Amino acid sequence: METISILPPELIRMLIAAIIIISFLFLNAIMMGYLERKIAGHVQRRPGPMEVGFHGILQMVVDGVKLLGKELLIPFNVDRTLFRVAPLLSFTPVILPLLVIPFSEKLQARDLSLGLIFIVSMGSVNVMALLVAGWGSNNKYSMFGAMRAVAQSIAFEIPILLSMLAVVLMCNTFSLKEIVGAQQKIWFVFLQPVAFLIYLIAGVAETNRAPFDLPEAESELTAGFHTEYSGMGFSLFFIGEYTNMFIVASVATVLFLGGWHGPNLPYGEYLGIVWFFLKVYFLLFLLIMIRWTYPRVRFDQLLNFAWKYLVPFSLVNILITAVLVKL
Amino acid sequence: MKQYFSEIYTGGKSLVEGLGVTFKALFQPIVTVQYPREEIDITPNYRGHIDLVLDPEKNTFLCISCGMCEKSCPSDCIKIQGKKLEGEKKKTLVLFELDFTKCSLCGTCVEVCPNDALEFSQEYNLAAFSREAFHFDILKRLEERRT
Amino acid sequence: MLESDFQKKNRFFLNMGPQHPSTHGVLLIVLEMSGEYVLDPQPVLGFVHRMHEKMAESRPCVGFMPNTARMDYVCALPYNHGYVSLIERKAGIEVPERAEYIRVITSELNRVASHLLWLGAYLLDLGAFTPILYGFDDREHILDILEDITGSRLTYCYYRFGGVSRDIDDKFVASTRAFIKRLRERFVIYEKLVTKNIIFIKRTENIGVVSPDMALRYGMTGPNLRGSGIAYDVRKNEPYSVYPEFDFEIPVGSQGDCLDRYMVRIREMEQSLRIIEQALDRLPEGPVRAKVPKNIKLSPGDCNFAVEAARGELSYYLVGDGTSTPYRLKVRVPSYSNLSCLPELGRGILLPDLVSILGSFDLVIPEMDR
Repeated sequence: METISILPPELIRMLIAAIIIISFLFLNAIMMGYLERKIAGHVQRRPGPMEVGFHGILQMVVDGVKLLGKELLIPFNVDRTLFRVAPLLSFTPVILPLLVIPFSEKLQARDLSLGLIFIVSMGSVNVMALLVAGWGSNNKYSMFGAMRAVAQSIAFEIPILLSMLAVVLMCNTFSLKEIVGAQQKIWFVFLQPVAFLIYLIAGVAETNRAPFDLPEAESELTAGFHTEYSGMGFSLFFIGEYTNMFIVASVATVLFLGGWHGPNLPYGEYLGIVWFFLKVYFLLFLLIMIRWTYPRVRFDQLLNFAWKYLVPFSLVNILITAVLVKL
Repeated sequence: MKQYFSEIYTGGKSLVEGLGVTFKALFQPIVTVQYPREEIDITPNYRGHIDLVLDPEKNTFLCISCGMCEKSCPSDCIKIQGKKLEGEKKKTLVLFELDFTKCSLCGTCVEVCPNDALEFSQEYNLAAFSREAFHFDILKRLEERRT
Repeated sequence: MLESDFQKKNRFFLNMGPQHPSTHGVLLIVLEMSGEYVLDPQPVLGFVHRMHEKMAESRPCVGFMPNTARMDYVCALPYNHGYVSLIERKAGIEVPERAEYIRVITSELNRVASHLLWLGAYLLDLGAFTPILYGFDDREHILDILEDITGSRLTYCYYRFGGVSRDIDDKFVASTRAFIKRLRERFVIYEKLVTKNIIFIKRTENIGVVSPDMALRYGMTGPNLRGSGIAYDVRKNEPYSVYPEFDFEIPVGSQGDCLDRYMVRIREMEQSLRIIEQALDRLPEGPVRAKVPKNIKLSPGDCNFAVEAARGELSYYLVGDGTSTPYRLKVRVPSYSNLSCLPELGRGILLPDLVSILGSFDLVIPEMDR
């Protein structure tokens, strides 16, 4: 009997992949939230969450339920549409890059030939969400946070692009699947250590994590651009930030650490995802440790650092790479 | 130019050293005592609220109701009443109330007492639902401790 | 700083309000800002005024002892020391030598505890979340040591007219020596995590430069004055108690920026440890409390006594009128003068720099408002 398909099979595959990815995102936010609090606790010689569940495993679930139940306060005299739209604007564009990342040899939602550029462009939309949140809150502190966020994000996109360009020069392609495929013999982190370092630092700045977390500088601006949000609005910003971190770490893994390559496993084409996640969570562990160790940089020192240190180094790096590739 | 590179080098080294300190702290045991599941022994010199001393031989208080503690308290939180009972030469203590919401634990009453009849208890985890629960009746507390 | 025309027209006021994570206590600073630059910071005090000086006029001088600890609760023993020494100077009471040594040991321990708390809080303002917990871990040991002899953990009421209220025992000496050894190892950790960190250096170097002339004009004392290069310490310039017998240095900074004030306090902690060690080695035997009349009558006339608290020079001024209740007691607190140079210092600086400067002054608002 012939099966009649209402939708083309490619579309069904993408829909299923998108649903799996979105549900994975929430799970990732829960896991990362728990991991961050536990690591922060042990770095500070205290236990972290311990009450709910065994060593506090269910803490984030309980927190999510609490945040769902809170009243969504809308302060007086705000621009209502902008205020409500900002968390959604912060959460939605970070889902899309996950559709192009190759988790394993056969597990990728869609392989765009311009995958890398797609990811970078989605990252820029995040700036707009911060600006909308800061402006729409009718609060001077939030406005401060938003203005700083714009300058910071724009300044740090250039080192990201330039360090990615170094890898692209070596592979001649923007498609993420082929970049991972080209790292079969040697991972690019050994060939391009400077680009890796620059990409990580600029990635931390893009996601507004300490030591670059000026938009939400807690001790100066009492929570910056998300001061006025409560309940689910706040948690959407939260989940958006963790997902952004996940994307930065997974792009770093794909570009530099060899994606899903690793010692051979049975069903290697599908189980390559295990190596991928190990590498990604190692980078996330590093990012969490950095947050809890260093103080915050000042705003103009941050821009100084981007323009005077990261950009020249990445330009010189590209020059050397171009010369060496040609030879 | 040379300062540019030397700054990068020293700065980078200091960042890596700092990360090493926190990484080492990650594996050290936690310092927190998870109260109320674990408890610390409180030192016997701790200043909780005052209590009447129970004389083990006579099985009663040593207070002679002179009222020195009431007069010398800077916060006016002690109230004493002594009554002369039938057939006794001196006054006996009938009422000893301490308003703990005003007490500042200075220790003047303990020192000024001529008979050393007051001492500090070791109560550190007091909690109640109303302010009146902290108007202690010290005489009643002594009666409860009597064998 | 260059101001665009837009910024010149659009100046606005920002309340670094009474509730703020970075003002250490309840302090309101009204900032007139243009963009990110602060044009004119004006502190507004008085939110925690508890009328301690009035309370001194309405109770006998013995009854004021608990109040002295509540004025500055972070470093309470020097406040105790100043008041007790004031009444002793007024009434001519001699203090036994063992009591003086115990006073010096406990005051210096309290100074170390106060500086550890300042270190943690300053770094919390700058955005590092772990040094405060390391500092509190060390401070717990000091609090346990002091709890064993005084009975309280924070607001001590340990000194009495004519000595101290309870003698120290071998357990105190042993645990203090163990603590000194431990803290010297922990200083290495602080140096690696904080002092050499390039981000911290960039946040504090050349920020908030207080020239010696400005510091003298505003009457700043303590580590803030010493950070600007002037070596004035009450323990050396107007010695009191048994401080002349100890051998210690006064750390001095050179430029008067936040990094210098930070380094002065770190080195002060090390010097305090030196003083404690020398005092423990030379501790004499004897009584810890002199015989004092029950009712001390304050003769008519005035009297003054100055000590070195953790934040600067603390001095008490007493006017007696023949009874045992003072006619007037004035407390000169160091934080008040330290804060008063903020309007001049904070013109044209960035907001994060203001936070860094406030943190480096080590203000405690309840002592400012009394």
